[in-house]
Amino acid sequence: MQSRSLEIGVGLFLLAGLLALLLLALRVSGLSAASSGDTYKLYANFDNIAGLTVRAKVTMAGVTIGKVTAIDLDRDSYTGRVTMEVEKRVDNLPLDSTASILTAGLLGEKYIGISVGGEEDLLKDGSTIHDTQSSLVLEDLIGKFLMNSVNKESK
Amino acid sequence: MRRKSPIERIALLGRAGIDVVEAMGRSTLFLLSSLFGRSGLRNGGQLLIRQLYSVGVLSLPIIVVAGLFIGMVLALQGFNILTSYGSEQAVGQMVALTLLRELGPVVTGLLFAGRAGSALTAEIGNMKSTEQLSSLEMIGVDPLKYIIAPRLWAGFISMPLLATIFSVVGIWGGAMVAVDWLGVYEGSFWSNMQNSVEFTEDVLNGVIKSMVFAFVVTWIAVFQGYDCEPTSEGISRATTKTVVYASLAVLGLDFILTALMFGDL
Repeated sequence: MQSRSLEIGVGLFLLAGLLALLLLALRVSGLSAASSGDTYKLYANFDNIAGLTVRAKVTMAGVTIGKVTAIDLDRDSYTGRVTMEVEKRVDNLPLDSTASILTAGLLGEKYIGISVGGEEDLLKDGSTIHDTQSSLVLEDLIGKFLMNSVNKESK
Repeated sequence: MRRKSPIERIALLGRAGIDVVEAMGRSTLFLLSSLFGRSGLRNGGQLLIRQLYSVGVLSLPIIVVAGLFIGMVLALQGFNILTSYGSEQAVGQMVALTLLRELGPVVTGLLFAGRAGSALTAEIGNMKSTEQLSSLEMIGVDPLKYIIAPRLWAGFISMPLLATIFSVVGIWGGAMVAVDWLGVYEGSFWSNMQNSVEFTEDVLNGVIKSMVFAFVVTWIAVFQGYDCEPTSEGISRATTKTVVYASLAVLGLDFILTALMFGDL
């Protein structure tokens, strides 16, 4: 009897440990079995990606439809080339859709927002979004604002 | 007291060095022979289960309570700091990453050294001083297989599990404080966490860390017990050594592992 309750205790312990790992996988790291496979790749070149990171969200109308998987520099055009993985079920994005880098809140994370274009041809796996809007760089904005006020004063 | 001649001092240094190297060699041989020696015992599973119970299951309460409080404190502190940047939703990310990458494995390692490691050392040391180990040998049972190996394996198996449970409980405690008491929006708490925590990068690396710590802590604890002087004073010294060495090893190895895993070295 003694050793039986011992075994039950150990069994529960092992189970609790494995359950904890599962919980970490699913609930905390958001790992889902269907995370890869049913996505397709899109590319977009931005003049400035400042602040965008790998794993940032790709959204459309505020709904997350994918994530950024890679960011590199396009050597020829001196632009930042962003690779995105978009869910397969969102396969009706027009070819002239716009990708812009947006900020969640004032100091929040950067993410990509896609707004729909009007063309009939659709973006396919591996196509590039040409119409892009770069990241908002606070320093540039302040710089422009200052220049404006200086110009006004000199007039 | 007579002044020592330089030659004698050098000899002393040499002796100390030889002692250290000898101890390391002994402990390695000890580890290898108890892990990989063929068990040959029919009730090996029973022994392992008994040790898993006393090393793992009985450590659960302290791990759960410590994890809960550490998670709660992290959430409180993180909230206070992050709220001044207006980004208190990130508290979930902070709590989860801190626990998974660092505090889970490290604090579990330290608590494990104190709770289970010291007990292992004292138990084995006591067996040695009351000559239970030699009597086992006398009746033809290898104490390495009968006493040591189940304890080593129990430590290796239970500590990673304890560390995962610690992290889960800590994250739950953090969620409780942040969401229920401090009013962080639940959805952004979890989604922020899920966006930033990567399974292989964070969760698995944490588990690997705790495996390494489990190995080192159990090894130190069991070896100190096996190698202690068979007197009551020797046992107390060995127990102290276990806790001190194991804690230092956990903290030192943590730095090295962190540098390897997250430091882009």
